[in-house]
Amino acid sequence: MTTVTKPERGSWLREHSELGICVLLVVLGVLVLTDALRIPTDFAQRGPVGPKAVPILVGSLLLVVAALLARDVLRGGKGEAEAGEDVDLSAPADWRTVLLLCGAFLANAALIGVVGFPISGAILFWGSAYALGSRNLVRDPLIAAGLSIFTFVMFNNLLGVPLPGGPLMEVF
Amino acid sequence: MEQLLDGFATALTPTHLLLAAVGVLLGTAIGVLPGIGPAMAVALLLPVTYGMEPTGAFIMFAGIYYGGMFGGSTTSILLNTPGESAAVVAAFEGNPMARKGRGAQALAAAAIGHFTGGIIGTVLIVLLAPFVAKHAVDIGAPDLFAVMVLAFIAVTSVLGASRIRGFASLLIGLTLGLVGLDEMTGQQRLTFGSLHLADGIDIVVVAVALFAVGEALWVAAHLRRKPFEPIPVGRPWLSKADLKRTWKPWLRGPVIGFPFGAIPAGGAEIPTFLSYVAEKRLSKHKDEFGKGAIEGVAGPESTASASAAGTLVTMLTLGLPTTAVAAVMLAAFQQYGIQPGPLLFQRESGLVWALIASLFIGLTLLLVLNLPLAPLWAKLLRIPRPYLYAGILFFASVGAYAVNADIFDLLLMFVIGLLGFGMRRYGLPVLPAIIGVILGPAAEQQMRRSLQLSDGSLTGLVNSPMAIVVYVVIVVILFFPLIRKFLPKTPAAAAAPEREKMDA
Repeated sequence: MTTVTKPERGSWLREHSELGICVLLVVLGVLVLTDALRIPTDFAQRGPVGPKAVPILVGSLLLVVAALLARDVLRGGKGEAEAGEDVDLSAPADWRTVLLLCGAFLANAALIGVVGFPISGAILFWGSAYALGSRNLVRDPLIAAGLSIFTFVMFNNLLGVPLPGGPLMEVF
Repeated sequence: MEQLLDGFATALTPTHLLLAAVGVLLGTAIGVLPGIGPAMAVALLLPVTYGMEPTGAFIMFAGIYYGGMFGGSTTSILLNTPGESAAVVAAFEGNPMARKGRGAQALAAAAIGHFTGGIIGTVLIVLLAPFVAKHAVDIGAPDLFAVMVLAFIAVTSVLGASRIRGFASLLIGLTLGLVGLDEMTGQQRLTFGSLHLADGIDIVVVAVALFAVGEALWVAAHLRRKPFEPIPVGRPWLSKADLKRTWKPWLRGPVIGFPFGAIPAGGAEIPTFLSYVAEKRLSKHKDEFGKGAIEGVAGPESTASASAAGTLVTMLTLGLPTTAVAAVMLAAFQQYGIQPGPLLFQRESGLVWALIASLFIGLTLLLVLNLPLAPLWAKLLRIPRPYLYAGILFFASVGAYAVNADIFDLLLMFVIGLLGFGMRRYGLPVLPAIIGVILGPAAEQQMRRSLQLSDGSLTGLVNSPMAIVVYVVIVVILFFPLIRKFLPKTPAAAAAPEREKMDA
């Protein structure tokens, strides 16, 4: 990236990966506009402005902003990545961790209805901790199980916020 | 006044007092955790209150709010890495103080500053809010629409480095807000035939997804393998010499903080910085600034707390959130089917005054509990990062699932969380998106109502003096970069680079 005389196609795309946001905005804009045009107008409207007007405005603005952002990026503008307490921006993005985290998150969504929150929540916590680099095979699962069961009892029995207990809790 | 006493009577019952204490402790604990600011703290703790009646829930929220703010400045002082914008300034002087072994004094100056600023701010709420609410009742739909547009423009233009990215974020929020049935005609919009989407996307899901899930994924991608070491700290206390230097900054803070909190200019970020500059200019110890001047902690912290109070005035009387925390609080009100706005003081008078009374109680508890507990809070900074971020995802899932007991919300939160990740990667600020989701539908209604009254003529949007004034302000904000070119260089502009250096 420093002294490349002939930028390859791949590196150009990487340098301008922010254009992906423009693509996202265009997709959103088209989606909002096509959805708005689909809304029928032959029903009794209250007032002169129907349900179409604002979506059409938002959709058009999405396209305009996408174009303006693309111009900004192509002129060398760059969105500043967000800094934070535990964020080290000098290191490249660690996609493996992110994918593992997504996996743990989706596992919870897939399992919560089947095995109940106490188990799926523990899997979520342990999986996330593992993804983030914690490798203590005794402490991690214990904390995960403890936190999950504690949270379940707290919410379900004390705070009156129902969570699915699953087969594990039916034993009691 | 009588209503306030009634409010105290409600808030001082044992149950409510306990809820306020739990709120303060939870809020501080969550706010101290690195990487969690007050907005995320409130969003993550929302599900705790789902089963409660509204009064108890909001008394607890008041505690969480102030606790979260104080927790954020503890992180700033002891770690030098502010979790959120309002605590950035606390790190300027607080961290050098901590490094010089004066961490206890810095924490005390911050805690008492929060207390003083909060109490003065809350007194101002008591004095101003009913007045504003009374006059706001006469505000018509065109005025409300104008004010909401002002909030949209201000939040995208005043904050952040790039306007265009702010607008992109706002539009993403507005799009999410469109999903569901149109409130006036019942037409489906962006639901794609899904029954889950017909009710609209729950604001809690959006808030938790953008703040918590997006943040956890973003941090995971760039996790610092060796976290900063926090500076150990003893019990906070202040010597007489310290007190002599801090009482004036404490009292000056609210003067700057409260008005800035009340207007849609992004909350505590600008006023805390202004307070810092003011204290530096007024101090007899100018040479100490940058190396740990206690005035530089006391003033901005008091300012931050007072600006939080100012935020509440706008939120309660106009239903207009000016900060991320206020946005999440507004979402909490809507969960209970309560709409903050001019009529709130009439319709939910008991609830509002109990909430205001509990602000006083929460602040007092904050001071009483947090001064002795400070060494314990400091220990929270050592939490292993894998557990911290696993815990954030865990509680985010609990919150999103508990809203409707629906797995669909978990998937929705995942998708919006990925969006939040992308926004952090490419410098799209999160706040405009949240404001867009929450205010978008309300703004649309007010606009359509105004045009209904004027029979579709666009002049119906500008037929009152207030609306015209607001639109003039909007135009000034929008064209400010152009206007600034013709102005001589101001001291504020000269101070800006200095601030950027400190941020880095």
